[in-house]
Amino acid sequence: MLQEESDLSLIIAQIVQKLKGSNLYSQLERQAWASLQRPEIKLESLKEDIKEFFKISGWEKKLQNAVYSELSVFPLPSHPAAPPEHLKEPLVYMRKAQGSWEKRILKSLNSMCTELSIPLARKRPVGEQKELLNKWNEMGTDEPDLSLFRPVYAPKDFLEVLINLRNPNYENGDSLSFRTHLGLIQVPLKVKDIPELKECFVELGLNIGQLGIDDSTQVPPELFENEHVRIGQKEQDSAAAQQYIRQGSPTALRAELWALILNISSQPEDVLYYEQLKTNVIQHDLLVDSLIYKDVKLTASNDDYYFVFEDYLYQVLLCFSRDTSVLSHFAFNSASPPKSYIRGKLGLEEYAVFYPPNGVIPFHGFSMYVAPLCFLYHEPSKLYQIFREMYVRFFFRLHSISSHPSGIVSLCLLFETLLQTYLPQLFYHLREIGAQPLRISFKWMVRAFSGYLATDQLLLLWDRILGYNSLEILAVLAAAVFAFRAVNLMEVTSLAAAEAVLADLSTLKVMPLLQIFLFATVT
Amino acid sequence: MSRVLVPCHVKGSVALQVGDVRTSQGRPGVLVIDVTFPSVAPFELQEITFKNYYTAFLSIRVRQYTSAHTPAKWVTCLRDYCLMPDPHSEEGAQEYVSLFKHQMLCDMARISELRLILRQPSPLWLSFTVEELQIYQQGPKSPSVTFPKWLSHPVPCEQPALLREQGLPDPSRVSSEVQQMWALTEMIRASHTSARIGRFDVDGCYDLNLLSYT
Repeated sequence: MLQEESDLSLIIAQIVQKLKGSNLYSQLERQAWASLQRPEIKLESLKEDIKEFFKISGWEKKLQNAVYSELSVFPLPSHPAAPPEHLKEPLVYMRKAQGSWEKRILKSLNSMCTELSIPLARKRPVGEQKELLNKWNEMGTDEPDLSLFRPVYAPKDFLEVLINLRNPNYENGDSLSFRTHLGLIQVPLKVKDIPELKECFVELGLNIGQLGIDDSTQVPPELFENEHVRIGQKEQDSAAAQQYIRQGSPTALRAELWALILNISSQPEDVLYYEQLKTNVIQHDLLVDSLIYKDVKLTASNDDYYFVFEDYLYQVLLCFSRDTSVLSHFAFNSASPPKSYIRGKLGLEEYAVFYPPNGVIPFHGFSMYVAPLCFLYHEPSKLYQIFREMYVRFFFRLHSISSHPSGIVSLCLLFETLLQTYLPQLFYHLREIGAQPLRISFKWMVRAFSGYLATDQLLLLWDRILGYNSLEILAVLAAAVFAFRAVNLMEVTSLAAAEAVLADLSTLKVMPLLQIFLFATVT
Repeated sequence: MSRVLVPCHVKGSVALQVGDVRTSQGRPGVLVIDVTFPSVAPFELQEITFKNYYTAFLSIRVRQYTSAHTPAKWVTCLRDYCLMPDPHSEEGAQEYVSLFKHQMLCDMARISELRLILRQPSPLWLSFTVEELQIYQQGPKSPSVTFPKWLSHPVPCEQPALLREQGLPDPSRVSSEVQQMWALTEMIRASHTSARIGRFDVDGCYDLNLLSYT
């Protein structure tokens, strides 16, 4: 009992400290001072009256949302003896694997830098700065020569690293035994099975209304859709909105609901912060910018749904790489930001900086994390804030090696285990023809299905990611897609043919697939 | 609630196995670690802290003096405490753990020796143990922070007896909890808020060497 109380006091103290540095704190203070002039605030019961005022005016709800947001993002305080690396990633061998993967990326970036004789960062001359400012809203029109640049890594390189991940304390014998994993991932992380997933995703059950199923044209809207929309319009509370969105979000309300759940409200200070980032982009030119350009040109610009948003993507991603507030998420990310020194001051700690300023090196397909959000938000600073919050809550887990249940390693293992357990014939067949299922589904999961599903279906899927605060649904959907196309897959005889069967997912409806796989499959 | 580290000597772990250790194929599933306190008199144990390394279940036995004249006896104070909910998977495998005296089955007064019995029933792991073992005893009672007088000495005209009759919580317990919270908020107020500066360059210069690998 004593332990829980002191844990609670510690959590409260941490949240108070975090919120004290925020805009909300100064706003609440200002409101409290202003409220002293109101007639209902009396000196004898000052504290109670101000609290009552906050409750009525909606400020208490804002504070509640801020606290809920902190609780969702930051992990619980760990044991006092645990070093900071333990919070990033508790398993030592995974930390080591992440460290060597990062070293490879840095080597690749450094060699690109020396081969092309381009500096990592350079201050733009004034003329160039003016030019960029003028064409800020149409950066997609210019066509710089990017042929010499290559992406630092692609998802398939990362998959090879995960396949070779081994626990040194685990029995990794060469001969096949009950302890060998038949899939590609060989580390024994704990993953959920279907009964546990059913409990976890109970709101996706057969007898509960879903947007994505019960809003189709054949179903009369009085049965579910009208009531659901009505409830959504009144929502002001983050935690309640998160619960609501598990059944899907009406298209008209989606932008506000996501902003509510992520606790983003566009204040003047936020717009100012975004403008400051824009100034940073204009002043300094980074090598990473060329990588971003190349990535957008290769992926989003070629996509039928997203090419219209090309300019928005540059505006968001270039600013994202200048944003030092992203550095704080590395406290609970197994990755670490790359470090460098000012030229001529190698080894001097006062001249040590992070590169890029936000510590995140983009890989091939990174811009696809932003593209779907462009359908919801049209104002650049709000679009930026939403993307940044989605990244530090979810997307970073998809490209770093960690044992977290939403980390990509656990998702891969969950996918393989689900397929093996519930479609053993299919799994065996694919393995025999040399088409390990993970080789096909990995790219879907790393991009959170962005660019593979139709956009309305993708947004319904991302509704559930926000609602359940977990990425496990990506692995369940991947397994459900394989289950859906099982008959065709049983007839293929090579990896290329299997890829062809699963090449086009744009006609799939996400929610029926998930529902059938979780709740209607006979096991 | 301060605590004092007790210097201890941790002996090497002994595997309990049936049959000859060298010739049999399987790995032992039970290890015993003895902990002695050579230079310390029998003390009251407050807390045990360690880092787990793939141990699934932990039992602890202590050698305790019950009274001045009888010889010390071995008593089990923790039985099959679960460190890994699923012994075949990585959950909890490398976690830091603290065990307090209120979790033990017997009182922890006058301890002279400690024996940790580690069990790992899964054959998947090559080895298992606990690391960074630290034993603590009760520290001195007086807190170092001084509280304002009105917090620790309530105004004499208050009537605590009346509150108790109304079914409200015990005032001395409430006041100790409030003292704890107050100490924490004072600590937070004293430390500076982490203001975000936002600058990524050094004095306007962001001219970099190559990325460093360390």
